Amino acid sequence: MQPFTYERAGNVQAAAAAVATRPEAKFISGGTNLLDLMKLEIERPTHLVDISRLPLDRIEETPEGGLRIGAQVRNSDLAADPRVRSRYPMLSQALLAGASGQIRNKASTAGNLLQRTRCSYFYNRNMPCNKREPGSGCAALEGFNRMHAVLGASEACIAVHPSDMAVAMTALDAQVETTLPDGKARTIAIGDLHRLPDSTPHVETALGHGEMITAVTLPPSPPGRQVYRKVRDRASYAFALVSVAAVVEKSGDRIRGARLAIGGVAPKPWRTREAEYVLVGAADSGSAFSEAAESALAGAVGRGGNDFKIPLAKRAIRQTLAVAVEGA
Amino acid sequence: MTETDYRITRRAVLEGGVATCLFLASGLPVGAQDAVATMTGEPAMTPMSRIPMTFRINATEHALELDPRTTLLDALRNHLGLTGSKKGCDHGQCGACTVLVNGRRINSCLSLAAQHEGDEITTIEGLADGDRLHPVQAAFVAQDGFQCGYCTPGQICSAVGMLEEIRAGWPSHASADVVSEPAPTEAEIRERMSGNICRCAAYPNIVAAIRDAAEEV
Repeated sequence: MQPFTYERAGNVQAAAAAVATRPEAKFISGGTNLLDLMKLEIERPTHLVDISRLPLDRIEETPEGGLRIGAQVRNSDLAADPRVRSRYPMLSQALLAGASGQIRNKASTAGNLLQRTRCSYFYNRNMPCNKREPGSGCAALEGFNRMHAVLGASEACIAVHPSDMAVAMTALDAQVETTLPDGKARTIAIGDLHRLPDSTPHVETALGHGEMITAVTLPPSPPGRQVYRKVRDRASYAFALVSVAAVVEKSGDRIRGARLAIGGVAPKPWRTREAEYVLVGAADSGSAFSEAAESALAGAVGRGGNDFKIPLAKRAIRQTLAVAVEGA
Repeated sequence: MTETDYRITRRAVLEGGVATCLFLASGLPVGAQDAVATMTGEPAMTPMSRIPMTFRINATEHALELDPRTTLLDALRNHLGLTGSKKGCDHGQCGACTVLVNGRRINSCLSLAAQHEGDEITTIEGLADGDRLHPVQAAFVAQDGFQCGYCTPGQICSAVGMLEEIRAGWPSHASADVVSEPAPTEAEIRERMSGNICRCAAYPNIVAAIRDAAEEV
């Protein structure tokens, strides 16, 4: 690990300012991803601002009937919260499908959103990686790319965003609240938080340096049945090959409302609005699910090793929708 | 970093260990207030300067001054001689380093010691009550829940934390739904213990031990 100085932030604005004034400074909370990367010297901050004890660890009701989740709420506490379990079950399911019990006890809500890709070339400092070293190239394009993106990628980077939680939050239309170094606050729709790689894959989010996530707000629970389904190489403690977050509301045998987001396939949690348009108003039949799945993967491009993800994602979408309508 | 720098660092760390021992032996009160003030104020001037920190480990107060890079695991093993917690992968994947912090299981390798100021930490050395083993320890012995034993301290600490999570009603990926109260079934135990790897593959006996302990705890 490279040497660094450490301070514990006294409040949100001081934390944001402490990072903003040092170009190589970073926030640290649970540290489960950052310390992993620091040990490998992929992350080399010279100063750490510890925000883990800031009073951002509460889950509160919003006046609109939603929930405001503090940025420092641990993944395990969020998954176990009775309100989340009853009103946003797909969020609990997604959290519980991710990481291990030990990691969930440390990982924070904001840290989960901001975790970095697990692309093996990003992790291997002997290989080119435009995300780790801009301009060096992408070894995954012609390499072992079984885990990589089929949607939203570029010729500069085909890494995927690894979060399960963020996929469920994307289907739930979450809003991300931040504090800027000057003390001002802003709100970012979760779909606008992560950036696509294009030619600058090292720029991963819309956040400025020193801008700190303080909360994630969920609007009132959408009507219908929520299901989160994760497909992976082993039954537990593995990243998604493909995951699906679906909300389906029925009226008779027709679909009245639908929301669909997929994970493990793109550089960000991937909301599939076109597939939702296909579903709304359609009969709750296998053909509608197939049409939605085709629509969701319409622009997908395989790179060899990950070609299988395209049919796998379609099957996972069909299966998840079929489960969701059963109880809708 | 050059090799020379590395040697200096090693020596400094060793000296720090000796100094801390002397400090503790002198019986002086732990400067907890000073430590907090230092950490909430301006950061130290040089990257290598050490940070004072105090925590309660197995019901004993400890004060250390450590390089900010020191993980909780390295603080336990290298600076306090508590070598029961093991270093396996050092990246949070194997679970051998699992300890309980304020009652919750975490990977001590993926946590900076400095972040645990004031925390109550329980390691495998602190689970037994004198000569009386903790029920989870006794069940691992009774069910032969290990072969080489390297992962065992982490397995046991993880199981203690995990059983508490079930008792608190936390759901898991193996639960039929996330609303119902969970029970310590084999499927639940296997899912909830997936952060602890046993390369001897003593899993059937580990699960049996935890099932037995779940009834007793």
